[in-house]
Amino acid sequence: MTRVLELDGITKRFGATLANDDVSLHLDRGEVVALLGENGAGKTTLMSILFGHYTADAGEVRVEGRALPPGRARAAIRAGVGMVHQHFALAPNLTVLENVMTGTEPLWRPRSDRAAARRRLAGLAERFGLPVEPEARVSDLSVGERQRVEILKALYNEARILILDEPTAVLTTQQAERLFATLREMAAQGLSIIFISHKLHEVMSASDRVVVLRGGRVVAERATAETDKGELAELMVGRKVERPARPPARPGAVLLEAADLHVAGKGGAALNGVDFRLHAGETLGIIGVSGNGQTTLAGVVSGLLAPERGALRVHGAALRRHDVPHAIAAGIGRIPEDRNAEGVVGDMSTWENAVLERLWAPEFSRRGVVRRGAARAAAARILTDYDVRGARVDGRVRLLSGGNMQKLILGRVLEAGPDILVAAQPSRGLDEGAIADVHRRLIAARERGAGVLLISEDLDEVIALADRIRAIVGGRLSPAIPAERADARRLGLMMAGDWTEAETIEREAADAL
Amino acid sequence: MSVILDILASVGMWEAVLRIATPLILGTLGVLLCERVGVLNLGIEGIMTFGAMIGWLTVYSGADLWTGLAAAALAGAAFGMLHAALTVPLGLSQHVTGLGITLFASSFSYYIFRLAVPTASSPPTVEPFRPLPVPGLSEIPFLGPVLFNQTAPTYLALALVALLAWGLYRTPLGLAVRMTGENPHAVEAQGIDPIRLRIGTIMAGSALMGVAGAFLTLAAFNSFFPTMVQGRGWICIALVVFALWRPGRALLGALLFAFFDAFQLRLQTAVEGVPYQLFLMLPYLLSILALIVMARRARVPQALMQPYRRGER
Repeated sequence: MTRVLELDGITKRFGATLANDDVSLHLDRGEVVALLGENGAGKTTLMSILFGHYTADAGEVRVEGRALPPGRARAAIRAGVGMVHQHFALAPNLTVLENVMTGTEPLWRPRSDRAAARRRLAGLAERFGLPVEPEARVSDLSVGERQRVEILKALYNEARILILDEPTAVLTTQQAERLFATLREMAAQGLSIIFISHKLHEVMSASDRVVVLRGGRVVAERATAETDKGELAELMVGRKVERPARPPARPGAVLLEAADLHVAGKGGAALNGVDFRLHAGETLGIIGVSGNGQTTLAGVVSGLLAPERGALRVHGAALRRHDVPHAIAAGIGRIPEDRNAEGVVGDMSTWENAVLERLWAPEFSRRGVVRRGAARAAAARILTDYDVRGARVDGRVRLLSGGNMQKLILGRVLEAGPDILVAAQPSRGLDEGAIADVHRRLIAARERGAGVLLISEDLDEVIALADRIRAIVGGRLSPAIPAERADARRLGLMMAGDWTEAETIEREAADAL
Repeated sequence: MSVILDILASVGMWEAVLRIATPLILGTLGVLLCERVGVLNLGIEGIMTFGAMIGWLTVYSGADLWTGLAAAALAGAAFGMLHAALTVPLGLSQHVTGLGITLFASSFSYYIFRLAVPTASSPPTVEPFRPLPVPGLSEIPFLGPVLFNQTAPTYLALALVALLAWGLYRTPLGLAVRMTGENPHAVEAQGIDPIRLRIGTIMAGSALMGVAGAFLTLAAFNSFFPTMVQGRGWICIALVVFALWRPGRALLGALLFAFFDAFQLRLQTAVEGVPYQLFLMLPYLLSILALIVMARRARVPQALMQPYRRGER
């Protein structure tokens, strides 16, 4: 095996924090290496140094034996290093071809050779099985297609070493599987790949070797075949992380009942007749491939969308108006799918975000004036009780990591003591430690007697938390199966819309509980 | 009705359209360049005033007309550098900086003008660019005098439209410029420095604004007075939106505006009994209408007015 890349003793300091501490790492030709670590472990910093976005305080990067000049992206590109950024570095108003071509020709050439570029792009797309329409505008592409463009851009620059920063963070499970198949194919053709991840299952399934980073240091390196999820989780977090177990359910009265909900779904997928019942003290899991109506369903239950037909009954009474204040007043707590867009206002402070939903409660405002003291005290309480790290009551929420932001949202929602909790993709993008925290909270809410509607694409999560599981397919719900009878194959069939008559009968039995 | 037809049939009217359009074409191209690279340049009104003054002053002091245009371009580039220095590496508010430059450049123009001509009560004139008939083509009836009997800067402006369209859409540099206005991080990731690219492009765009101003003194009014730009710079800002940030459409927009301007000028004298201020409003009202129609389709450069800082998202 030829060694294509070596990072030797990389150290990088940001103020008081040591982001990378004497990190060494190598990559062989045709190899797929996973760089595993929790958020904040220094993975992205390390790769930014390799790519020349940052200059290391100490250490050296060698590509095929030759040292790269530090801090020069251009030199990294020339040496054959390509980077696929987590937030795609694409221009939405330009075409695929233009995005790929930028910077690949001498700047002062009087004429771009678009025809040659198009041919070359088509060749690469063909060779690696990454079909794209060169003249399509990037803003018209799906997230998965945009990532394809990012990869093609790196390949177009003749990358022999490809670095992908959390490539699956924005992808659905199916898109992620396709991506990893593509990466395998590239490795087979002699490319070398590093992908950054904190998801154990994808590290296990897609890599040859795993390098675990914790607190800025390499703590372990394993051949993927010789390790398992449990060991990696422990190495990554530094202690044994166990996702909490779910005590047996003691379902009570029906809290929330949806009858024949229909929504046309502007911008999202439609709902075509959704029925379900959610009992006190139980968790109902809704699984499904994204784009089948789960976002719309969450929107209806949280009061963001009004159904065109059908009813939503809370405690047996139909919701008076379908808007957020009424939903909150009816005791529905919401953990939105997109934390940054719908969960918090990033540029406002922690305390403002902590009371935003309950600003009109007498506790927090009097005669239209905010009671700042009470609000800040409530926020401070949430920060301690929910272990939100790195947050100050007056600090901007944007600066929090995803996990801590989610804990703040959980705290805000659960402090109000909702009877019904709608949790949409509650652990998306979080690392192991944070996921365990979120799960613990959701189980505690259920133990307290709340009904939890868990909408998630993560099957492990649903199996661990839900008492009953239903799949959403094309805006309809499958019959429910009890969690004890769920396994990956069965859930896969359900998500594919393949549910049988027998289970319909079972649903009636389960719903009659 | 026949009054209107008479105006529309006159050669003089159509000849005026291209003349009135020239500073708008140049200014709009200047704004377009700046915005395509992601920076709003509200300094245009002041930069045009300064260009008008310095172009006139250079020629008044004895240099030839082309040197005057060059001086205006240089001065424009200098103000562009100031705007770029404040908004690009320092990332200050582009609105405030641009308006500041307009106020500063306008007053500074008058100051220099008064230093140069302390006493004159009526502004001294210079010998302007004369119409330059294109041999052969200017003989064509109607079209000849309208299109091919213009001054040299007008031909220059038309050539610049083509040059810029080519530059932006057919060259690697133009692609990098457009990319910078869309996503400077993407440009950085391809190994190009978006900050240098922004500074350079803003300077080029501002140079065009200076030339646009100089056209007023060196080819239209023959002398300088401080209020002569009269909002043409602001019109250029609007025309860029109307043009959907494309050079060809910028030409179209400038011509359209110039047409209504030339038309209302003639209406003022031809129609009696209507306050001329009403006609004066006509081109502006129609621009607003056109904007409403066009702007709905606009694809605004995504990074417009967003300062770029390395390593930050």
